[in-house]
Amino acid sequence: MVWGLFVIFASISLIAVGGATSSLNEIHRQLVENRHWLDDRTFGQLFALAQAAPGPNVLAVSLFGYWIAGLPGLAASTAGMLLPAGTLAFFVGGLAQRLKGHPALKAINGGLVPLAVGLILAGGVTLAATAAAHGWGWIGMTALSAAFVWRTNFSPLWMLACGAVLGLIIG
Amino acid sequence: MNETVVPTRGELFLGYAKAGLFGFGGVAAWARRIIVEERRWLTEREYAEVLGLGQVLPGPNVGNAAVMIGRRFHGLPGSLCATAGLYIGPLCILLLLAAFYDAYGQVPRIGALMQGIAAAAAGMVIGTAIKMGSRLKAPPEMVALGLLAAAAAFWWRVPLPLIVLGLGPVGIFCAWRRQRPEAAH
Repeated sequence: MVWGLFVIFASISLIAVGGATSSLNEIHRQLVENRHWLDDRTFGQLFALAQAAPGPNVLAVSLFGYWIAGLPGLAASTAGMLLPAGTLAFFVGGLAQRLKGHPALKAINGGLVPLAVGLILAGGVTLAATAAAHGWGWIGMTALSAAFVWRTNFSPLWMLACGAVLGLIIG
Repeated sequence: MNETVVPTRGELFLGYAKAGLFGFGGVAAWARRIIVEERRWLTEREYAEVLGLGQVLPGPNVGNAAVMIGRRFHGLPGSLCATAGLYIGPLCILLLLAAFYDAYGQVPRIGALMQGIAAAAAGMVIGTAIKMGSRLKAPPEMVALGLLAAAAAFWWRVPLPLIVLGLGPVGIFCAWRRQRPEAAH
């Protein structure tokens, strides 16, 4: 299981275009749908827990690993997600001066960013579907939170707090 | 821009530790503030270049930037110090939260509270996608490509490698064609 976690995240690491959140949908596909290591509800709640904590978004992956296989799982999934991409960044970093402003780099970035945005959207919709499975009313909270993050520059933590309060009232 | 300062390995670790611990909802803004404004390791322009490269590479953007900035000052040990600083503090907090969730997650009221946070977190991700997408001012074919990627991932449950390897080259080709006429002038 620990090795399986490493392999899953290592293979995601090198194709996670535009950051970790864009691979959220794929992580759900692998951990929940293919392997059944997590159920929908736990997946959504662990992700939420990681969002409520400070630090890079990629750490949700560490939390999934921890939940599935304890500390070895945490180490395996974190290393799997960070090592391949980090190694690549290390070597490319050496070329940074030569690469800067290169037209090919601009085209790669310009071509991949729309893809990353689409993938992030898919991850968000997957999570929203998970949350809605426990009552359609939660779609309202999700929509409010989406609008808040989109239209304002306040910290999204306000929305997490709002969701928590609403959960307490309704639950 | 003012002159920049070369950080020691310990300073790399501490600076990134601060960015990690202060970075609620993502560390990008704090990392820039600490590296450019507060500690002056890099100028605004240099940082933007590193971050831009970090965005092109797969994996976490700010994590990639940490690897490259660490390397720039102290080689591999620098990369390791910056990376360790970025992740260690948040990981510890996350473990505490996980222990709390493990102990109380089954309590109905806590479960309901977590359900509310989960619904809001889903909205956070969707809102981020919309915000990023609307800032891009992407041409129609790029909008279509992004939506196609979203549909493939969410609706048809296509594995990520197929999406990236299938649509990535199309996107890069489109972007390349768009920038060519400008280069000709």
